[in-house]
Parts: sequence; structure tokens; C-alpha cells
Amino acid sequence: MLGLNKKDALLFMIVALLVGIAPFLLNPFPEGSSLGQMFNAGYPDLMQRFVIFGILVIGFNILFGLTGYLSFGHAAFLGIGSYSAVWMFKLLGYNIVPAILLSVLVSGVFSLLIGFIALRRTGIYFSILTLAMAQMCFNLAYSVLGNPNSNFNLTNGETGLQVYGNDPQYLMSEGSREIPHLFGLAMRDSYQWEISGWLFTFNTGYYLSGIIMLVAFYLSIRIFRSPFGLMLRAIKSNKQRMNYTGLNARPYALAAFVISGMYAGLAGGLLSSMDPLAGAERMHWTASGEIVIMAILGGVGTLVGPILGSGFIEYFKNILSKINDSLLHQWLSWLPDGLEDGIVWVLHFFVGKGWQLTLGVLFMLVVIFLPGGLVEGGQRVGRLFRRKKGGADGASAKQPAE
Amino acid sequence: MDAIILQILNGLDKGSAYALIALGLTLIFGTLGVVNFAHGALFMLGAFCAVTVQRILSLSYSVLDETKKDFLGNPLKVDTHYIEAWFGPEIGASIIDWSVPLAILFSIPVMIAVGFIMERGLIKHFYKRPHADQILVTFGLAIVLQEIIKAYFGANPIPTPAPALFTGSFDFGVLIGFAENAITYPIWRLVYFIFALLVIAAVFAFLQFTTFGMVVRAGMADRETVGLLGINIDKRFTIMFAIAACVAGVAGVMYTPINSPNYHMGMDFLVLSFVVVVVGGMGSLPGAVLAGFMLGILEAFASMNEIKQFIPGIDQIIIYLVAIIILLTRPRGLMGRKGVMEE
Amino acid sequence: MSKTNLTRRGLLKTGAGTGAALAMPTIFSGAAWAASHSGFTNAPGDSSVTLGFNVPQTGPYADEGNDELRAYLLAVEHLNGEGDGGMMSTFTSKSLDGTGILGRKVNYVTGDTQTKSDAARASAKSMIEKDGAIMISGGSSSGVAVAVQGLCQEAGVIFMAGLTHSNDTTGKDKKANGFRHFFNAYMSGAALAPVLEKTYGADRRAYHLTADYTWGWTQEESIVASTEAMGWQTVEKVRTPLAATDFSSYIAPVLNSGADVLVLNHYGGNMVNSLTNAVQFGLRDKQVNGKNFEIVVPLYSELMAKGAGKNIEGVFGSTNWSWKLQDPGTLAFVKSFGTKYGFPPSNAAQTCYAQTMLYADAVNRAGSFNPCAVVEALEGDSSSLPGIDSAANHGFVFDGLGNGQTMYRASDHQCFKDVLVMKGKSNPDNEYDALEIVEVTPVKQVWYEPDHPMFAGGDLGACNPGA
Repeated sequence: MLGLNKKDALLFMIVALLVGIAPFLLNPFPEGSSLGQMFNAGYPDLMQRFVIFGILVIGFNILFGLTGYLSFGHAAFLGIGSYSAVWMFKLLGYNIVPAILLSVLVSGVFSLLIGFIALRRTGIYFSILTLAMAQMCFNLAYSVLGNPNSNFNLTNGETGLQVYGNDPQYLMSEGSREIPHLFGLAMRDSYQWEISGWLFTFNTGYYLSGIIMLVAFYLSIRIFRSPFGLMLRAIKSNKQRMNYTGLNARPYALAAFVISGMYAGLAGGLLSSMDPLAGAERMHWTASGEIVIMAILGGVGTLVGPILGSGFIEYFKNILSKINDSLLHQWLSWLPDGLEDGIVWVLHFFVGKGWQLTLGVLFMLVVIFLPGGLVEGGQRVGRLFRRKKGGADGASAKQPAE
Repeated sequence: MDAIILQILNGLDKGSAYALIALGLTLIFGTLGVVNFAHGALFMLGAFCAVTVQRILSLSYSVLDETKKDFLGNPLKVDTHYIEAWFGPEIGASIIDWSVPLAILFSIPVMIAVGFIMERGLIKHFYKRPHADQILVTFGLAIVLQEIIKAYFGANPIPTPAPALFTGSFDFGVLIGFAENAITYPIWRLVYFIFALLVIAAVFAFLQFTTFGMVVRAGMADRETVGLLGINIDKRFTIMFAIAACVAGVAGVMYTPINSPNYHMGMDFLVLSFVVVVVGGMGSLPGAVLAGFMLGILEAFASMNEIKQFIPGIDQIIIYLVAIIILLTRPRGLMGRKGVMEE
Repeated sequence: MSKTNLTRRGLLKTGAGTGAALAMPTIFSGAAWAASHSGFTNAPGDSSVTLGFNVPQTGPYADEGNDELRAYLLAVEHLNGEGDGGMMSTFTSKSLDGTGILGRKVNYVTGDTQTKSDAARASAKSMIEKDGAIMISGGSSSGVAVAVQGLCQEAGVIFMAGLTHSNDTTGKDKKANGFRHFFNAYMSGAALAPVLEKTYGADRRAYHLTADYTWGWTQEESIVASTEAMGWQTVEKVRTPLAATDFSSYIAPVLNSGADVLVLNHYGGNMVNSLTNAVQFGLRDKQVNGKNFEIVVPLYSELMAKGAGKNIEGVFGSTNWSWKLQDPGTLAFVKSFGTKYGFPPSNAAQTCYAQTMLYADAVNRAGSFNPCAVVEALEGDSSSLPGIDSAANHGFVFDGLGNGQTMYRASDHQCFKDVLVMKGKSNPDNEYDALEIVEVTPVKQVWYEPDHPMFAGGDLGACNPGA
């Protein structure tokens, strides 16, 4: 189907299905229940984040997963994409088409530039070059390029770039919507379906980003399976041998770098389209580090790993930080008082202000016990079931295909 | 001229912290081949050893003083330090005053233990894993360590002053023929610089002149051959990791009077020290030290107003800019060896 | 302009009867909100109402955020009739009676801003979209406050700013749905200048170190303007990176610059480090131009004072409030906060407590949760502060929340009240005693017109009730 082999087509269908029914999957608990208040994630902002960061990490995986080049400055392209999109809102108007086009274009240009320089080196030297360039972008965006009192206010500094009433917005006409929209279809609009206590939200922005993510995912499968992808893998496994055969690795690596930079720019443009404010923090090295972590956590070099990794981190980041002691007490109120207080006291360190502790522990657990990331976890569970079902021929358990 | 000398001193001082952290990082890289993102957290743990010693020394018992009232109108609790009660107020106060230097004695065994546990318990299992996995697991560990510190000590900086003897500044200018008060420099910062030089010298001497160090250097160059010779290189690597942790720890202890420690100070230094290590060249100890001091001095110069007016914002990007230039002109940093971490 | 930013609660409650309304984004035409509980974002049900407290719980300002959170929880307790009622008994507006807000029990949700505008908006959005919060409050940085205020304006909920000191929050970036009780950089300058003149004289040369981001710039601008107005000269204004931890290379040039006052436009960890470094370099012991060298920290916080330890002795700064004030409101608040938590509240805590009370009171007075009704109630009935002759002197005037007589100015949603000039205490009795009140600068002295150049360029716009 669509040039995919059977296995990939199945994978793609599964991902597409999951994206489609995510509003149900992410709201498993009834509205208003304490479990729902804590763990439901089916609200527009977080669902949008899931798919947008999915795009970002899918792109990152084309570079890191295939070529092995570990870019530690990928968040810069996300930020550049976001700024470009907001500038389009400021100059032209709230239609997201020019915004997204420009953000892909500008981040493509930047990644070509940065990639051209950084790819002169390999290994950790490459990582540090990308890190250094991204940190320079962050520092400049945060202060020097963002002073509202200067004539050259490109980023609006700490506050973040946003649309002001006195911006030109040349393409805005009477009656155009004043929130980001796709030819009148506002990103923020939702349709809500309430059914016996459950509430499901179907948000325009989410489904648009979801469709774009599926396209991005499809492209990434095609790249993985193409001769070009094979060439990129060759860079990872043995660059020297590749050089000896007379092939120059750099143009291929550069192409991969630019593609993944454009994916990041696309993600940035979408982020701004969902919420028209671009902050410099999304270019900070910790943001770049988070992209790396998402990729590793999901499973480097696998097709679906990036989506799992980004979903995992975004979920815990947004959900855990909002749990507080009073919610925990509500949830555990059926326990005897002393026990309840004890459990809440322990959990207290892992939620709310302690959400980073939980994430740190989870990183360590995943890396220690699942060297291949979450994808390997899935495979193990799958194998477990298969073995049980197989019963008699369990002895001839197959080696995992690598 | 005096302004330039002052900035050189500042640069050496900044550079001391960079060099000490980068030294430990390079030791771990060079010997174990592990990218240790938790190294900044070790620096932070060292700093909190100083806070802990200060807390222990100022443990106190409280007596209700009925004549005074606290802010709620209840009788005021008056705290008396045990140490002052035992040794008399004056000796007690001076012991508390010396808590930072005392903390060095405390931090050495603590940091060696931390390093030992870390290597045996975690890092050991990651020697054969990809660098990306090492980064992730040590980054996770760094977050866990700093969150534990935050849960106990809070996020606010905690003042840990140097002993009264070392506060105030020293007229450095008269020593080199300047007018009085032209170049005065804080005493503790000079102490920090000298301390850093001593530690660096000690590490080099240890590697250069002891059999142990010789084996480790051989192991850095060619781990397999050394193993084939029947030498237990793993045990020595554990000790090297503990030493690296210890260097980061004492660097942290001594840093506390310069800037009050807080739980994220390690992360603040982490990225910069990685840049320092890479600029110095992977696996090169002299390179790390040289790059540390060089980047420190450049950073100090870049923050001079004369230069900032010329290129606005240069102080924010100078380190990265220099790193890029050096890495593009010298493929393996200042003194890097071929083939280390280039895969 | 059509508003279709649906959020679940609003829709749930409004469209409960008609299935058709659920199937279509409702288009709201406005004007019909009075006394009704529908037609706006997240209209609460009959039994409870949810407020969102969005504070930094991780990152360098985590301790400050936690103190704010304590104050919010205390305020919720008092609104629901638990505890001793705190400032509810001293507040001059008497609409609050411990039965929640408009008879609905107050629930709350919490979030972590991480002191990043992106993360803060994500957290606020989840409060609005998922938890149905009708009001968002919090913030420990101006960038975050401005970003979240913008979001609340778009979404159609009320934003009650926590700690934010930049002029922009109620200046260039002001929004109709946003309100600030905290003071601002201009007021700091106006309050400090006379005290500085009295203590250090009118002939001084100041050297500014400024954190290189929005808040730092507005504070530098304000302090430079007010000190130059009284005759001080400005020797140099140097920007320092926000991420800087060691300020030695910025402090060293001060030594021989000919300046005799150092102004540190820094906050939080920046301020603790730059002040510590300045003292290390012996600036406090120096004599320049025949005068003692002095350091000024225009914006103080109790936590910064604690972090800087002995270094703040004798250093002047300003705060919004102090637990050492002796008015009935302060006494009541300090008593209930201290009894519950065991230590006195910070001025960040007080502003957050006051904001929650002010919001609840405004809803009660308006008789509706509709943001437009609340805005109208907080803009008041054109009562004015005594002794200030200005066309803009009208708004909602109240007393008893710890700051003396205070007015929410209708024209820019900024509170006008007395400002405290503080000084680092020499021999503090305990760690909460690091600052002492030098002077309570009357509101008249910190008054400015809404079109003052430092605040110009913004537009309050119209209130937005959302869906």
C-alpha cells in the first residue's frame, strides 16, 4: 500500500488508527472523578503536543537513528520555526499556511547552514558544535535580539514573540478570524461529546497536526526503506568503508540533517499555530536534550520509537506536575487514615514539584532494563504473549529481528 | 592595564572551576570511555557537603525565652549551638566559622564513597553500551540527585561564607608595582585558584609518578592490551572514577563561599564543562586544564564593557563562539587524540 | 469578531439541555451576560468553582512558588469558611462570608510554570481546557506573567497576577482580563529615590548592573530615571546574562570606575550571587569620592535576603509588603499563615493571598463569574484615592489587605498602594528577620499617569468572556 511493504503498512495503519481515536484513549476515566482529574490527558493542548513533538522526534530520528550523528542543538530549529510562524502572523495574518511554509523554509536554511559547518566533524565534536550553535541562538534570542526598546526586536526576549494589536497583518481583512486558523477553521475549535459521565474532545488543531504527523511518519518510513536511507545507515555502521568505496558521506549526512531540521521547523510552526506565542526557552540546551532523551527512550532507529518516546515524556511532564496533595488525598480517601497519609507522604515527593524526580527515575529504569527503549519493551511483551500462545513450539523462540 | 589584570584574575578564577570539573570529566572519558552527565551533580553534591557540615556544626537546642516574643506573640525560642555550649561561645563560633575548610575533610570520604557506589552500581554496566545510553542514564541520575537535594535543602541558595580570616580582599597590585588599591582581589578567590592548581598538580603527579597512574595511563591508551597482561584494570578504573568524583566534590566545597550553593548549580556548569573538555580535546588531561583556563579568561574579557559596547551580547556567546572556531580549525580540539569519541 | 474558543466546562454547563448545542461550536454574541451563569468560558456549576494556581514549583524560583502556593491554599481555606478567616475579617469589602464564592465551594488545581513562558502557558492551558478553571493566578517572573495574561485574555478567563514587577505587565502588555496587585519597577524607583537622597545625598555616581531580559530593562530604566531626577549621575549601565552565576568580571570594573553606588537590577539567584560577589570584592569597605561606597538592590524578596545572608546588611531595596507591618490586615494574615505553617509569609505570598480574596470578592459583588462582570467589579465605581489629583484616579478602592488603602486603577488594572523601602538588618534575630522597614512611601509619591512613557504603547482592549 502506498509503496509500503506489508509490515510497514500495518504499522502505519495502527499509528493512524491510534491518532484517530486518541481522544478516547487518553480520557479513560470519567470526567470529574479524581482519577480523571489526575490522569486524563485528552485535552486539546496536550494532544496537540503529543503529535507535534512526535513530528519533531520522527525528524530527529532520521538524523540520529540512521546516521548516528547526535545533534545536541535540535531545539534551535524548533525555536526558529516557531519564531518564523509568529512573524507570519504578525506580518500577514492568522492563516497558518504561510506561517508553516515559512517556518519549514527558514529552519531548512538554518539547518543547511549549521549542518554545513557542524558536519565537518564527527562524534562528540559534532554534538558540541551543534550544541554551541543552538546555545548561541538561545542566548541571543533571549536578550540581545529581543529588546522591545531597540529598533531590532526580532524575538521579544523573555516574554516571547506574540502578535500585538498594532502589527501590520497585511492579509487580514474585515471579518478574518483573530486566532490562528486554516482558511477559517480555527485551531482552537473543538467538538465535545459527552456520554454518561465521560467527555471526549475532538479538536481541530489536534487533528490537523495529527494528519501532518501521519504524513511526516509516512515520509520517514519511505526514507528508512529507500536507497537513501540505506546510504545513511552505511554512514552509521562504517563511514570509513563507505569512503573507501568512493562515496562521499557528507552530502548524504547533510541531506539528513536538513530534512530533520525541517521536520523540527514544521513542529515549531505547528506549535505556534496552536498557540501563537514563541518563547526563547524552547531553544535552550535542556530542550535539545529532551529531544535526544525522547528519541533514546522510545528506541533509536526504530520507526515508531520517536512517537512513543515523545508521548511518554510529554505525558508525564504535563500530568505529574499538576497532581497535588489534595488530589492524592481525594483519590486515596478510601484507605484508612494513617495508611492514606503515609502513601500520600511518599507520593508527595514524586508529583507536583517532584515531577522531575519521577522523570529522572523513569529514564534510568528504561535505559537500564530496556536497552532498546520502549519499543523493545513492547517487543518483549509481544514475545511473551506469542510464547504463551505458541505453547508447544516455545522452545524454538525466534531471535528478535534486528 | 589594571582592568585587564583584574579580568585575567577573574578568568583564572572562573577557569579554575571549569578546569577542575573538566579534569574529572576527562579522567572518566579517558579511562572508562563513559560520557558522564552526572558530573555536574557531583560538583553540586560536594558543595552540599559544605552545607551539611555547616548544618551539623550549627545544630542547636532551643530554650523558650518568656521575656521575648516571636512574630506570633508566643514565647521566643532561643537557639544555642551545641558546639558553642560545649566549647564555649568563642571557640564554638570559630569552629562554625571554619565550616567550609572543615567540609573538605568531610567531603573526601563522602565523595569517594559516592563515586565508588556510582561506578560499581551503575556506570560499570554501561561500559559496553552506546554513548547515547550513557548520556541518558547519567542525565537521569543527575536529575535524581539534584531533586533529592532540592527536596531536602530547598531551591533557594544557601549562604556558606568563608572563614573570617579569608574574607575581604587583598591588594594584589602593590605586589607587581601598581599603586595602592589599584588591583584588589578577594582573598578567597585567590585561595580557590591556588587550591585548583594544587589539585591539578596532584592529579598529574599521581598519574605520572606512581605505578598505579602508569597502569591507568596505559589503560587509557590501550585497554585491551593492559587487560591481556593480566592487570586488573577494572579495579583501577573504579578507583579512578572515585578520584574524579572526589576532585569534582572538593571543587564544589571550595566554590561555596564564592557563590551560595543551590541544587541546580551542577547543571549550570555541566554544559560549559563539556564544551571545555571537547575544546581541550577528548581524552587529553592537559587539554582540559588549558581549555578551562583559556575559556575562563576569554569569558572574563568578553564581559568588559568596552568590548560589550563594540559587540553587544558577546559575553553571552563567547565560549560557544570560541569552541566553534577551535573545533573547525583543530579537528580534535586543542590537544585531542585521534579516534577518541569520533564515532 | 466571533469567539469560538470552546472549553469543556463552559460547554458542558451551557449546552447541557440542548444536544444540538453540543454538536456545534457556539457563537456568542455578547451583552447578555449579566446575572446569568452561562455564555462564558468555564462557567462553574452550582456546587463548586475551580481556580488555577500556576506557580514555579521547579527551577530556581521553586521556593518562592511554594510560598505562593501556601498562601493560595490558605486563601481557599478561608474562602470556604475553614481556619480563622485571615484577612477576610479586616477586608473593607464585606461580601465574603466563608461560604465559598457565590455560594460555591472553592476547588483548586495547581501547575508548574518552571519560570518559562512556554511551560507556564501549557500548564495554564491544561487548567483551562482540562480542569475548567475560571481564574488563573500566579507567576514569579514578568515574562511568565505577561505570557499567561495574554493566554487568559484569549481564552476568556481572569488572570490575577502573582509576583511580577516589570512595568510591561500593566503597561505595554496590559490586558483587560489581567490584574496586578504587586507593585512595579516604576514604583520601586519612585519610592527608593527620596530615601536614597536622604541617606546618601544628591551627589552620587551610580553604576548599574542589569539582568539582560525584559524585567531587568524596565527596572533599570525606572531606577535610572528616578535617581537622575534627584541629581545622581549614571556612570555606566552594564547588562549581565541571565544565566550568569559568577559576576566577578562584571563587578571588577566597578572598582575603578569612579562610581560610588552600585545598583543591582537583579532578582533571585542572580541577585544573591551578584551581591555576594560585590561584597567579596570589598565594595562595601571602599571610599570613593570621599564617600562610602554603597550598594542598592531595588527589588527585594525575603528569600533573596535569606540566600544572601550577611551580605545584605544595610543595603536598601523595596518590597510590596512585609510581615512586620502592624496594620490589622497584616496582623490577621501573619497570624493565620504563621499558625498554619510555622513561619511568617513572604511578600509574594501576601500578594497571592490578596489577589485570590480580591477575585472572590469581585465575583460576589458582581453576582456573576462572567469575566466581564468581574472586570467591571474590579474596575470599581469610580471611587478614588484621597490626595491625588488626576483624571485617572478612579477604580476600586479597598483597605484591610495589608497594604493600607489601595486602589485597583480602572484604566490599567494596576493596584496603587504604599510601597515599602526596606534595609538589610545588621543583627537579624532569625532567618525571617533579615529585612527591616525603613519607610512606608505613601501611594501619592509612587503615582503615575497611565500614559507615562514607561507604560505607553499598550492597549487594555475589551474584556473577553470567551465562549
